[in-house]
Amino acid sequence: MAKYKSKKLECWGKAKEIRQNYYKDFAKAKEKGGIRWTGGAWQLDSIPMGLGDDVYPLTSEPYGASIGNDPAFTVQCAEAAEAKGFARDLCAYMRNEWGSVILNKYYFGGEWPKPDFYFQNHICCSHAKWYQVMRDLEGDEIPYFCVDVSVGSYDQLDEAKIDYVAGQYLDSIEWMQKVTGREYDDEKLFQGIYNECRSSSLWAEVCALNKAIPAPLDEKTLYSLYVLGTLHKASKEIADFYEELRDEVKDRVANKIAAVANERLRIMTDSQPPWSALKLFRYLEGYGVVSIGSLYTFGLIGIWDELPDGSIAPAKTPQEQGIVFKTREEAVRYIVQWNLKKIMWEPYYDARLRAKRVVHIAKAWHVGGMMMHLNLGCEGTTIGNMESRLALLKEGIPVLTYEGNCADDRQYDEVGTKKRVDIWMRSFDLERLEE
Amino acid sequence: MIIAGIDVGAVATKAVILNDGKIIGKGMATTGFEREEAVEAALAEAIKNAGISRGDIEKVGATGAGEAVEFADKRFEDVVADGAGANFLFPQAKTVIDVGGEEARGMRIDETGRVVDFALNERCAAGAGAFVEAMARALEVKTEEMGELSLQSDKDIEINAQCTIFAESEVVSQIHLKTSKADIARAVHEGIATRVVSMVRRSGVEGEVALIGGVAYNPGFVARIKEHLGKELLISEDPQIVGAIGAAVLAVGPEVEFKAPEAKLDTEKEWR
Repeated sequence: MAKYKSKKLECWGKAKEIRQNYYKDFAKAKEKGGIRWTGGAWQLDSIPMGLGDDVYPLTSEPYGASIGNDPAFTVQCAEAAEAKGFARDLCAYMRNEWGSVILNKYYFGGEWPKPDFYFQNHICCSHAKWYQVMRDLEGDEIPYFCVDVSVGSYDQLDEAKIDYVAGQYLDSIEWMQKVTGREYDDEKLFQGIYNECRSSSLWAEVCALNKAIPAPLDEKTLYSLYVLGTLHKASKEIADFYEELRDEVKDRVANKIAAVANERLRIMTDSQPPWSALKLFRYLEGYGVVSIGSLYTFGLIGIWDELPDGSIAPAKTPQEQGIVFKTREEAVRYIVQWNLKKIMWEPYYDARLRAKRVVHIAKAWHVGGMMMHLNLGCEGTTIGNMESRLALLKEGIPVLTYEGNCADDRQYDEVGTKKRVDIWMRSFDLERLEE
Repeated sequence: MIIAGIDVGAVATKAVILNDGKIIGKGMATTGFEREEAVEAALAEAIKNAGISRGDIEKVGATGAGEAVEFADKRFEDVVADGAGANFLFPQAKTVIDVGGEEARGMRIDETGRVVDFALNERCAAGAGAFVEAMARALEVKTEEMGELSLQSDKDIEINAQCTIFAESEVVSQIHLKTSKADIARAVHEGIATRVVSMVRRSGVEGEVALIGGVAYNPGFVARIKEHLGKELLISEDPQIVGAIGAAVLAVGPEVEFKAPEAKLDTEKEWR
């Protein structure tokens, strides 16, 4: 008999529909005179919303990850990029998107939908070149604006740094008006920012609820839900969905509804998973193991406040603080500072910050071990991972490492990884549960 | 109680028979393509050496490609069997290094032989016996003579290539430079030892170290590992059968109950 009650998430179908419509809307944007733009998922997607209600983004990393989930198409895209002379050890998402453009195949059907402009920020070395290469590959002079956001960790943020980033975003608004010929509506910007803050704070709350025992959500499910925030965090629809999700998860916690009915060991992970091999999480469930999340899952979309005791809590939104934006400058500065607070910036700046955060999550979420993906496909999310490993081992938290690639199946060994998991489970004296 | 352990390795299949904790028979066969045949051959040899009949065996544990042992009562991952086998032979061991034909493993074990942490090198032959074999061919020396040959040298030359294939071409270059075979053999063993120790340090080196697996027969490799670790090594008379011993021991091991880590639920915080 199962240890806990378990049932599927009721809002699951809605999440799927939102995602499918997002990709469809991007492809069909021009049919009604809408605007298409592409850029990274860390971009402040509230900014282009001031151009109108018919502005459709395509964020690069989730698109690359979608391809990564399909090994057959991944190989086509990766080989197309490699045939053009790009190295195999470049960012996997980037190679997948480039390949899609080279092949002129949109993963969600039809030809690659050309954007009206690129709007990017430099979160890592790959992102800095990504859209320059995209423009070369597309062969057209697609307008390109890039924002330098590398101002250091949040604990060292000052007014000059905020000015530097916010100033570029204010410039981008002037630029967008020129390249699209549209007049900018600050009120739409404000609403986008309010919704972005709602999305990211609510996502953090969903993640925080996973401290409960049993965990109401497993990480494989978390992946399918956080992705909406990576698509368009400033969208009202997605903010509303996260509110619905939060309420359902709260109910699951109150009624002890588990993600894994036989939860007996909680683990966390690190970096993106190999997207083509998410069944690894189902394999773990066969041991009664639930993965409760990671710095990546919590911090990519979630925005958190650090409390005086070093713990983290979902950030309070401007609405909750009674903040009402009156000027464009004020709003842009706010959303810049909000985003620079993202805990996923920390690995990019200092391995010690990363390690501290990872250890905190492990303890606060009652984790018994970490399964660390040595992700060959992403330099950003893996910087400092070995320091995090050592920090966890120092705290007596065992770490299993396995090699793979978030979006290139050619670098993942399923049999070898399962063998490592089996050995690791023995160290916890865990045998597989009866089917 | 008579128990058997069978380790189906990439190169060799080993069988061992224990009676009330004492090894009474061993057998080995080349694994080849027909693993089931190798299993039967190794077990038959062990049974003959033990002076018993097949029906006397009460439990069988298997490891390695354990699915080839269809009659096994229990199967265990190779790392797990290594830990148990090393603990059986050397209860004082806290670290185990297993270097076989195609794979190298390092692990820390507790006082019961349970693996606490581990590291694997499963995709690169440059840290395993296959590297020695390839270099022996390049030097036109028998594989079993490489170890002793390496001990005749006290000169350090470097073979820089990380990959067996490229290292072979470096060896050929050294031969053309008239570097002695002994010096090259020493460099080959130094290369494997460096890679193995680097891997083992990931899971940690604690207390006494047991060295098992076929490459433990190689005195050249043993000398280099001892130098890198700065420790004496615990090596059994038959380091290749340790996994099989572990599989046998585990086949009748006590049932262990899982204990979940202590977890306390935080007082629910309200953020809204």
